[in-house]
Amino acid sequence: MPTANIVGREVHLNDEGFMTDPSEWNEEIAAFLARQIGIDPLTEDHWKVIRFLRTDFASEGETATLRRISTLAGVGTKELYGLFPGKPARKMAYVSGLPKPKGCV
Amino acid sequence: MTTESSGFIAPKFDADQGRKLALICSKGTLDMAYPGLIIGNGAAQEGIEVHLFFTFWGLDIIRRKTIHKLTVTPVGNTAMRMGSTSLAMPQWLGALPGMSSIASWMMRGKIKGLAVPPVHEFLTQISEAGGHLWACKMSVDMMKLTKADFVDEVEDIINVSDFLDLSRDGDIIFI
Repeated sequence: MPTANIVGREVHLNDEGFMTDPSEWNEEIAAFLARQIGIDPLTEDHWKVIRFLRTDFASEGETATLRRISTLAGVGTKELYGLFPGKPARKMAYVSGLPKPKGCV
Repeated sequence: MTTESSGFIAPKFDADQGRKLALICSKGTLDMAYPGLIIGNGAAQEGIEVHLFFTFWGLDIIRRKTIHKLTVTPVGNTAMRMGSTSLAMPQWLGALPGMSSIASWMMRGKIKGLAVPPVHEFLTQISEAGGHLWACKMSVDMMKLTKADFVDEVEDIINVSDFLDLSRDGDIIFI
């Protein structure tokens, strides 16, 4: 499994580049990962989503789907597409140091 | 900043750029409405340009009067099992009055249990995700409907050549 040094911290990645150990994540890493995919800076709205994903993952054991975020985090679908354009569900998981969501909606 | 970072791999988030998917939704039953909605929504989430073209019975999925009343019937459906067993539901049982309502109610419950939205909410979600919903002109004329009969998410009533223009160089799936 590849490892990378991100902002001075050793992290494990899968072949696609997603972090495999959520406990290695921190906010500085999030900002770095976001920059890699063209999201710079992370605004308070981005953080609201990222914090929801982190908390939800800790309690549910899996990454929230877009539908779950839009209904529970109080951030609408349109807004999520604006914050993380293109592939919102994957990008949110990526920046949050979590696996891609398994659910379909 | 980046000077402190090394060995980094970036995911290919732009792999689907320029990809296009057109779904022809031709059936208006509850069980046949969802495949198009789920694939269409999933594609929109991956940044793929999505067009849903509702034709014939599929118009029920976008009609204000029917959108909340889609049903599934056990009659003639030999794939309908008794719960999670492998036992086929006897056709005489499926034909009893009220059985379609019960089957539809059960299916809605299962869909909800998976946190999948009801039909109208799903259409809204697809539309907000940038997906496009279209009604088929010939079916609309045949059923004597107008744009006002459809939910607001439907962009327009279009004919086959419009649809073929929209789906040019895309994948087309008929449901």
